[in-house]
Amino acid sequence: MVEAPPEEPRELNAADAVHVELVSRTFRTKRGPIQALASMSLHAAPREVVAVVGPSGCGKTTLLELICGLQRPDSGTVRAAPAALMPQRDLLLPWLSAIDNAGLALRARGASRLQARKAAAPWLERFGLERFERTRPAELSGGMRQRVSFLRTLLAGKPVLALDEPFAALDAITRHEMQGWLSHVLTGEPRTVVLITHDVEEAVILGDRVVVMSPRPGRTVAEIDVRLARPRRRTDPTVVEMRERALAALGVRT
Amino acid sequence: MKAVRQALPAALLLLALLGLWEVYVDLKGTTFALAILPSPHLVAKALYTDRSLLWSSFLVTAQEVLLGILVATALGAVLSVAIHFSATLRRATYPLIVASQAVPVVVFAPALAFWLGFGILPKLVVVAVVSFFSIVVATTAGLAAVDPELIKLMRTFDASRMRTFWHVELPSALPAVFTGAKIAVAVSVIGAVFAEYTGSNSGLGYVILVSESQLLAARGVAATVILSVFAIALFGLLGLAERLMLPWAYRPRGDIAT
Repeated sequence: MVEAPPEEPRELNAADAVHVELVSRTFRTKRGPIQALASMSLHAAPREVVAVVGPSGCGKTTLLELICGLQRPDSGTVRAAPAALMPQRDLLLPWLSAIDNAGLALRARGASRLQARKAAAPWLERFGLERFERTRPAELSGGMRQRVSFLRTLLAGKPVLALDEPFAALDAITRHEMQGWLSHVLTGEPRTVVLITHDVEEAVILGDRVVVMSPRPGRTVAEIDVRLARPRRRTDPTVVEMRERALAALGVRT
Repeated sequence: MKAVRQALPAALLLLALLGLWEVYVDLKGTTFALAILPSPHLVAKALYTDRSLLWSSFLVTAQEVLLGILVATALGAVLSVAIHFSATLRRATYPLIVASQAVPVVVFAPALAFWLGFGILPKLVVVAVVSFFSIVVATTAGLAAVDPELIKLMRTFDASRMRTFWHVELPSALPAVFTGAKIAVAVSVIGAVFAEYTGSNSGLGYVILVSESQLLAARGVAATVILSVFAIALFGLLGLAERLMLPWAYRPRGDIAT
């Protein structure tokens, strides 16, 4: 059974939320235990974009894997609707064309190559990739690869998108373009999004709410309600002010 | 032009070595050249005068090597997949596979001739056994080296173990199968020669064996030259096949994947 990806903005309901409640997680390593998360809480309402910022190594990726059900918490509870992961590196399969990479999640659930292509084709067009359907990742630009990677996550048909620093590997110009692009896509295709980033500006531009995490062991140290109209401008005084607040919460003097 | 310039150092080195060899044998005298080590020009002569014998023998050995590698690749790939899924199977078979590589072929070649006769079959077995090791080791390593993040990704897409294998693990391991087969080429040629040593009346290994006893050292070395060229050609062909079948895995040198 393959569910076709929705053509119209999907109706999200209350069950499509993410609740992470006082979660702790410790990893045993050769050099002793490392506590990644300590009483971390995070909530995302349906259709809400929650951006999580924090210093590197603060357990952000662990948080995403908990939400995606790839790990279990040592204590605390995680209740989340089914989530699809967009990994930090694009992780496109080098032997597949853009369209087959985009449809991988459908293939994973048993769709034929043809069915998956049929479902992916209109989206490639929408994402401005129609001329690159048959192109392999090695010949795509970094921005195009991230768009294919995002599309693959979207076509998984899950109510929650878990985005792990999706634009961290891109150059500054492409990153700015992609942020605008993602903001636009999410307006037409609302999902519950948990976006991990180390870029405070990105968090404020994209998030409905920004959650600031402490250094390891990670927990929430501040929450900033953004709720500004989109698209947002980087130079908007409110955006600048919120960015400074987030930086202050991270302990960065400006 | 570029290809010529790139091949030049190797060609010059080869010429210099051949020159040294020629001078050395000429100084040692005729008996040495006929019985122990022929000079390059005698080898060249043997390559020409014995060309029909060498050609027909080459066809026999080439067939043994090609079929042997094919059998080893097919069986090796299947076993590697089985090992990938079962740690128990890995623990059970790995010591044996390693041991199979350490056993000198000559030891069990007579037994093979006893069971399987003097036809192509025992040679296939020897070639397959000696090539098996590199193919299994390379393929299991390839299967194990799949990015764990990709496996996680497939899990969030609700992929079953089999679909993850089919869509992600197997394709990523294919280049490793080629690597294993390429490493197997050289040992498989030696394997075929040894198998022919112990029980056959045809093939280049048989030519080498008989030439030694008949004071026709030049013919034996000529056969060896053909074997080396064959190994190089096979290696090159496998590289070409890989490039055609797995173009995504091929990166020209100097091109950094960004």
